[in-house]
Amino acid sequence: MAETPKLIDSKGKRLDGRKANELRPISIEAGVLKRADGSAYLEWGNNKVMAAVYGPRECHPRHLADPARALVRVTYNMASFSVGERKRPGPDRRSTEISKVTSEAFSSVVFLEQFPRSSIDVFVEILQADAGTRVAALTAVAVALADAGIPMKSLLAGVAFGKIGGTVVLDLGNDEDNYGEADVPLAIIPRTEEVVLLQMDGDLTVKEFQKGMKMAIAAAKEIYEVQKDALKRRYAVSVEELEAKEGAEEELEEETVEEEA
Amino acid sequence: MSSPERGVVVPGDVLDGEGLKPGAGTFSEGGRIYASLLGIRREGGGYVSVTPLGGRYIPRTGDLVIGKVEDLGPSHWLVDINGPHPSPLRVNEVPWKVDFGDTASYLDVEDAVLVKVINIDETKRVEITMKDRTTRKLTGGRIVEISHAKVPRVIGREGSMIKLIEDLTNTRMFVSQNGRIWIDGEIDDVVHAVKAIEMIESDAHVHGLTDAVRDFLEATYGKAE
Repeated sequence: MAETPKLIDSKGKRLDGRKANELRPISIEAGVLKRADGSAYLEWGNNKVMAAVYGPRECHPRHLADPARALVRVTYNMASFSVGERKRPGPDRRSTEISKVTSEAFSSVVFLEQFPRSSIDVFVEILQADAGTRVAALTAVAVALADAGIPMKSLLAGVAFGKIGGTVVLDLGNDEDNYGEADVPLAIIPRTEEVVLLQMDGDLTVKEFQKGMKMAIAAAKEIYEVQKDALKRRYAVSVEELEAKEGAEEELEEETVEEEA
Repeated sequence: MSSPERGVVVPGDVLDGEGLKPGAGTFSEGGRIYASLLGIRREGGGYVSVTPLGGRYIPRTGDLVIGKVEDLGPSHWLVDINGPHPSPLRVNEVPWKVDFGDTASYLDVEDAVLVKVINIDETKRVEITMKDRTTRKLTGGRIVEISHAKVPRVIGREGSMIKLIEDLTNTRMFVSQNGRIWIDGEIDDVVHAVKAIEMIESDAHVHGLTDAVRDFLEATYGKAE
């Protein structure tokens, strides 16, 4: 059996040169799909993720609709070409699981009661995978939901921590995930530090877990800034539009009467 | 000179201010007010609110909108008004005397109508009417859809933009709150009007957009001569 590669050296440097609590570079672009109500394209390390939101819209099939609130339905999918060994197209158990936990995470922050009987349909496609896809997907979905004008208590930031070579580290890369000792993906409300998604794979002591949580919460706040920046850049010029809107709002009623004349 | 990013808030941002009450697009928690939408922070009348920058059209009572008939039953039609749900239009809310089962003779699937939103109940069911004098069936013409947030830009300050397009393309237009625009005129003129609207939608933020649209339309018609 091949020897496990040395994931972290004595100086605390990882395979890609990062320190234990360093995130991979993240960039986000909001509003990239014209037909969707909201969308976001995200790159996180070598991960490439596309998220699209449609809704609130009529819930089909009707029998699933909730008369009191909207449903958040997430479909997470990995493109066949996103990984080294071609992934068979179609949902598998892992995709179904990630779709479920992502939907539950957002259901806890979206103001669902504002849209009874509707569905907010979220689609997230992984175009290139390099570990941490579920937290990357979640981070992209938060931006897409805000872009779609869905009212929420807060954006959610996704981040993961784990253990490699006995050291607790933030944001595992592909090899680190494959050969490491633990992987803990989370979704956090950055303002309140509340955790709305938590999963774990592997073994950690309570102390190691707490150390990882501290790193994750700090990182979530950094990621939140990147998300905010993407949304603000999308609408950076809207103040001028709003001035035009102010002037035009009264005109809309006059237009109506004019048309009838 | 205001920085373009000033005042843009995201869900979860704190909205500070002395003695302000939570308005539209906000929520309060633990004694503080937060934004629930991506939008522009506004203050007025003791309330702080957030005007959304994007998202779907959400119907409000009093809106006059262009709808498309999606389905019909013996005593009602189902009209898509571009909101979260299609709205029922009942036979007692139209100006014609419709016999039971005869709904298709008056409005059929795919017909376009101008309807008014008269009520939205607690379950967000939207009731519409065609009995108002401002409503009617739309015949002829073409309907295009833009983001509802861009509607004010298409209308322009004091209706200047829409009048400019109507005059230069010799068409009649109606722009409704839900982002749908009805245009009537000669086929070629309608095509030019649609191009002008697309230009506004993609360049809504540009200064001097009115001049750019005027130049574009004058060039288009200049070439045709």
